[in-house]
Amino acid sequence: MGWDAGDIVATMSVTSPDSLDAALAALADNPAAHVLAGGTDMMVELNFGRRSPAPVVSVGRIPELRGIDVDRSARFVRLGAAVTFSEFLASEAASQAPALAQAARTVGSLQIRNAGTFGGNLATCSPAGDTLPVLVALSATVELASRDGRRRVPVEEFMVGPKRSALKPGEIVAGVTVPIIDGWQGFATVGTRNAMVIAVCNAALVVDRHDRSVRLAMGSVGPTILRAPEAESVAARMLFGAEPTSARADLLVEFERRASAAVSPIDDQRSTADYRRHAVGVIARRLLDRASREMP
Amino acid sequence: MSEVNGPSERFRLHVNGADREVVDAFAGASLLNVLRDHLGLPAVKGACEQGECGSCSVLLDGTLVCSCLVLAASATGREIVTLEGLTPAAGLSDVQRAFIEEGAVQCGFCTPGLITAVHDLLDRRPDPADADIREALAGNLCRCTGYGRVFAAVRTAAAWRRGEAETH
Repeated sequence: MGWDAGDIVATMSVTSPDSLDAALAALADNPAAHVLAGGTDMMVELNFGRRSPAPVVSVGRIPELRGIDVDRSARFVRLGAAVTFSEFLASEAASQAPALAQAARTVGSLQIRNAGTFGGNLATCSPAGDTLPVLVALSATVELASRDGRRRVPVEEFMVGPKRSALKPGEIVAGVTVPIIDGWQGFATVGTRNAMVIAVCNAALVVDRHDRSVRLAMGSVGPTILRAPEAESVAARMLFGAEPTSARADLLVEFERRASAAVSPIDDQRSTADYRRHAVGVIARRLLDRASREMP
Repeated sequence: MSEVNGPSERFRLHVNGADREVVDAFAGASLLNVLRDHLGLPAVKGACEQGECGSCSVLLDGTLVCSCLVLAASATGREIVTLEGLTPAAGLSDVQRAFIEEGAVQCGFCTPGLITAVHDLLDRRPDPADADIREALAGNLCRCTGYGRVFAAVRTAAAWRRGEAETH
C-alpha cells in the first residue's frame, strides 16, 4: 500500500451508523468522508492504494436503506440504496422490472452480486455500470438524502459525467424508484465472458405500451449513459405505427444505424471505439427484434 | 454505532463462532487481510484483491462474499465463517471429501474458496443443475483443473446429500 503510516493514523476511521439519520449526521460533520456500501469498488481502490485514506461511513447495514417495496397500484418498485443485486433478484421486485433483473444478474459473480448495491452502482456512476442503462431506459428516479432533507432527481440528471454524479457533499443515495412499465423491456451486454466483466458496451430497451413510446439507453459508449431519440422514433414507428410487415427488416437496420450514430465511445483497454459503436448497434437491434416478436 | 479510528484502535469480529479481538490492524484493512494475517486463518487466500478470483471467499451473515472487498472494521457484529469454520472438528466436510474423491485439487490455491462456494451452493440448492453449478462458481478462478473435476466433485457431494452411498 502506498501511504505513509502517519497519514493513516491521522485520516483513516470507520464509522458504522445504525440509522440513516446517524449516517447523515456523520456525513454532515465530515463532508469529505467516503460512503461505503457493498465495497466492491471502494475496497479495490483501498487495496491498491488508489484511494487516499479518509474517514469512511459504512451504510450497507442501515435498515432504512435496505427495503424493497413493490406498489402494484401506484405502479412502481422502490429499492433502498443498500439493497444488493442478489437481494433484488430473490425478491418479487425482479419480476416487475425484468430488464433490471437481467442486468443485475450479469453483475460480476455471485460473490459480487451478494455485496454490490444499487446505491453503490449509482454513486460510483461508472459509464459501464451494469444497472445504469436500465435505470435510464425505465426513467427511474434517484432519491438523495442529506441532513438538510431529501430530493428526487431523474437518473438521467443524476449522472453528469464519468464517475461524476449530482451528489453534493454530505449527501448520499437513499434509494431508487423504478416505474412498472406495461410493455416489453430487455437488457443486453457485450463482454469477453459471462461473469466478471466490465461491459464493452451494454444497452437497455423499454417499450411503453401505455404512451406508445420506446426508450433506448446505452452504456460504456460515452461519458454517461446515452439515449438515442432518433433511433427510438424508428422503433416506435415499427412497433406502434402502420408500417407494413415488409418494412420490418429495413426498420431494424435503420434503428441499428441510428443507435450507433448516437454514441461517442472511446478506445480503452477493453475495446476500441469503432467496435463499441458497431456492437452497441447490434445489441440494440437484437433487443428491438426481440421486443417486436415477444411483445404481447 | 461502531467506530474504529486509526491503526491502533481495537475492534472485535465474530469469526467461526467465536469473538476475536483485532489489534493493530490498519483501519482500511480488508477482511481478507485481517482474517489471514491477524487472526491466523490461512484458508482465506489472497490473490487478486479485487474480487475477481474468489480465493478469499467467506460467508458473511450466511452470504458468500469476497473478503478482500469487505472493510474489516465495518464487519463488527456480523457472523463471519471461513472454511476453517465449515470443517468439522474431526475429519472433513462432505464437500472436502468429494473434492478428494474426484481429484478436484491440483495446486490447491483456489480450493478453499471453491469449497466454501460449493458449501454455499449446496446449502441453497441441494440438487443443482450443471448450469447452476457453473453460475455459482463463475466467481472462483481455477487455473489448473479446467473445472471438469471440480464440477464432478459438486455433483458427487450433491449425490451424497441425496443419500447415495459414498464409494470409499
